[in-house]
Amino acid sequence: MEHAWPALALSLKVAGWSTAINLVLGVGVGFLLARWRFPGRDLLDTLLTLPMVMPPTVLGYYLLVLIGRRGALGAWLHEQFGINLIFTWQGAVIAASVVAFPLVFKPARAAFEAVDGQLEQAARVLGISEPAVFFRVTLPLAWRGILAGVLLAFARALGEFGATLMVAGNIPGKTQTLSIAMYEAVQAGQDDTANILVLITSVVCITVLLTAGRLAPGRIANQ
Amino acid sequence: MQLDIDIRKTLRSGKREFHLDVRLQCSNQRTVIVGPSGAGKSLMLKAIAGLLRPDSGHIRLDGQVLFDAEAGIDLPPQARGVAYVFQDYALFPHLSVRQNIAFALARGWLNPRQHGQHGRDASVEYWLDAFQLGHLAHQFPSELSGGQRQRTALARALVAKPRALLLDEPFAAVDPTLRVAMRSELDELQQRLQVPMVLITHDPEDATVFGAHVLSMHQGRIEAESGMTEICYN
Repeated sequence: MEHAWPALALSLKVAGWSTAINLVLGVGVGFLLARWRFPGRDLLDTLLTLPMVMPPTVLGYYLLVLIGRRGALGAWLHEQFGINLIFTWQGAVIAASVVAFPLVFKPARAAFEAVDGQLEQAARVLGISEPAVFFRVTLPLAWRGILAGVLLAFARALGEFGATLMVAGNIPGKTQTLSIAMYEAVQAGQDDTANILVLITSVVCITVLLTAGRLAPGRIANQ
Repeated sequence: MQLDIDIRKTLRSGKREFHLDVRLQCSNQRTVIVGPSGAGKSLMLKAIAGLLRPDSGHIRLDGQVLFDAEAGIDLPPQARGVAYVFQDYALFPHLSVRQNIAFALARGWLNPRQHGQHGRDASVEYWLDAFQLGHLAHQFPSELSGGQRQRTALARALVAKPRALLLDEPFAAVDPTLRVAMRSELDELQQRLQVPMVLITHDPEDATVFGAHVLSMHQGRIEAESGMTEICYN
């Protein structure tokens, strides 16, 4: 029971950070793939969508290979900056970000592709600079579709289990997130704790899904 | 308005090819280009506005080079100082009539606010009044009729004080009964403001009404109505 609230707090922190990261990366990559034609675009789209279908444990393993102490990136980070990501909450953020990325990037790309290019042209002819066209026309028109994806990504990151366990482990109060605490509670036969954790997770996820449903593109008053 | 166009552009779609080959010089306030759909009229207008990059040639407006393939000049649409009224008006659906009209006045990364500095700009008020849009200022484009949309689009274009007004089938999106009224409205407006205008249309009736300098266009080429390309008058 005493692990429930720290686990919830940690899960919210991890989900919050990973959502913020995906908001920037997912929207940016979604925009580039929607507007830029280059060879290998479909292949890149496929690779970036992989986290949606691959088992989280496999993703966790890839991450260990990449950012582990002996991993290509991990060794460099450790040598240059003394940074170690394995068994830290920051590692959990990276794991959750990778797993939830396609949920932001996919809808963002679709939302950008649905924006009528003529509206952007109209803004350009009116003398508006390229960045301003993005922030004043493209983004506001794509916003609802993006936000729906962002909320789904938050819910997904909140419940992340497999990849997080591989990368960040299970250290109570440090890297033990909600779903990992739940797994441990069930394993240890602590049904009270498990019940509360299940309840909290369900309420949060239902709230997020209801909100996402309200924002989904189909609901916009037809413009 | 001194408009000097000499451009070529080849477009491919699958196995089909379309050649745009436009030579046009005129120095009058009104030019109407008539041609069937698919003749390349919109492409030519887009090239003037900087929305389509020709393969070769040049475009000059009032002595300023907007595009010159040989000299490597291609001004972005933002720097050309022309206004483009799209066939379906391309009003910003997320902005009110007032915000649409004030759009070009706000130069930063934020849209003009309904009651902010740009929304209350004197020229915005002027155009809202002139086009009888005052009572619709807070409405969104989806709530407007065809005629109101067109007036909003014209106001949005004119607020930016363009050197030339490019009109792409301005009456195609409204029903025939309204069309007659809107033609005379635009006719009167153009005479009052003395804004040079290039109008493209598939409807010969438009040419009769605006009739100053009428050219016809077929399969990517301009042919003068009278058989001569040099005729220009006010």
